[in-house]
Amino acid sequence: MTGEETPVGRRIVLGMLGLGAVGVAIGARVQSGVNRAVGPVGSRVSGLIPAAGGFRFYSVVDSVKRVEPADYRLTVGGLVEHPRSFRFADLQALPQTRMTDTFHCVTGWTVPNVAWAGVALPDLLEVVGVRPGAKGVRFTSFDRAYTETLTLEQARRRDVIVATSMLGGPVSHDHGGPVRMYVAPMYGYKSTKWLGGIDLVDTVKPGYWETRGYDVDAWIGRSNGFAS
Amino acid sequence: MIRFVRAVRGVHHATAVLMLVCLVTAAMLYVPALAEAVGRRHLIRMIHILAGFGLPVPALLGWASRAFRGDVRRLNRFSPADWGWLRGRDRRATVGGRGIHPVGKFNAGQKLNAAFVAGAILVMLGTGSILTFPHPWPDTFRTGATFVHDWLTLAIFVVILGHLWYALRDPGALSGMFLGRVTPEWAARHHPAWLDETRTSEAAAETPETESPAHSRPLSTRNFVHPGEPTDPGGNTEEGKDDLSPRRS
Repeated sequence: MTGEETPVGRRIVLGMLGLGAVGVAIGARVQSGVNRAVGPVGSRVSGLIPAAGGFRFYSVVDSVKRVEPADYRLTVGGLVEHPRSFRFADLQALPQTRMTDTFHCVTGWTVPNVAWAGVALPDLLEVVGVRPGAKGVRFTSFDRAYTETLTLEQARRRDVIVATSMLGGPVSHDHGGPVRMYVAPMYGYKSTKWLGGIDLVDTVKPGYWETRGYDVDAWIGRSNGFAS
Repeated sequence: MIRFVRAVRGVHHATAVLMLVCLVTAAMLYVPALAEAVGRRHLIRMIHILAGFGLPVPALLGWASRAFRGDVRRLNRFSPADWGWLRGRDRRATVGGRGIHPVGKFNAGQKLNAAFVAGAILVMLGTGSILTFPHPWPDTFRTGATFVHDWLTLAIFVVILGHLWYALRDPGALSGMFLGRVTPEWAARHHPAWLDETRTSEAAAETPETESPAHSRPLSTRNFVHPGEPTDPGGNTEEGKDDLSPRRS
């Protein structure tokens, strides 16, 4: 071997490590640029390549039965004055709350400008009446596996919504329809899809992903890692 | 003739299986239609993470093998002839069953592929660690790690498809990787300098006292017996003329 041979392989590996580090540092800004750039056609492209922006579809079970709005029931019970179940039309008859916000997944992807509409959770709690001794709210999914919780204080925020509409239309099955939670100030795993039940409880127990390592209080930017 | 000993093949196969598991589970976690069809996110995620953290292990274990270290060294180093091969439009050209470029054990494309895969495994390991253990990292780093992990996945997918494309079209190459042996005819066609080098060292091993005889094939004679042979450092790295250079340095 003479000096003319060059360790190109090592340079490529080191170069990729450098680029990777730069990508981690500035990727958040680049990705939001990508999201904006493909915005108009985003839904078509991101159906194939999620990196091009848009929602990614997470389900913790093998399949979830489809429920039509006409057959839908939301059971609200536990430590409440008036346990009852709500039909889809019942939810639509309650005062409606609308908001548009960026959706944040804990794994790092975001979707800007997502429109939500439905019943603010405090309005729903008002209807059923919270009994003294209730400390938290437990959400169950009709996928028969997923659960989530909020403290009662968190559940009384106006930006916590029992959503019957998303992105300007019904909540699709893949997005967790016909009814799902949207907990705006927290990462997506707090926003239970395929919402089937809401129970007032006296102790806040960790939900599905929280027993698998995520923070129970999932404030965006202030949990699952230090504030940025 | 022996191309890859068992340890080297073992490293390749173990890495290939782990990479395949990573790619298949990645598709299940990542492509919306598949993610909806498969679900079971926690299980798929665990398989993906275990396979991912396992990816560098075969190469680390392989480091115990002298043959593996030797192949890594060859993959790492580019000769001027490699640049000529990359630039040339006649990479596969042969004269009398012999490749016209003095390609050694690995051609420049194989070297680039190996370097890319090694770098990609390390970058995916780093960004994957951030996503698996998010607690020490700020939010923007997590988004950045997702960004790198996602786009590099697409690049890896393309490169591995290319790797499979070239391998599956070449029974000789498949034999080298799965049985360990290739025919001298295959070696002459694809890796003539390696063939000469192997024969020279075999001859040297048989008759250690004599120097290697002058070669009848001037196109790829290695300067094995004349390490002090003057070379031309100025012009050698530039032009395609090196393609046919007798100096494989």
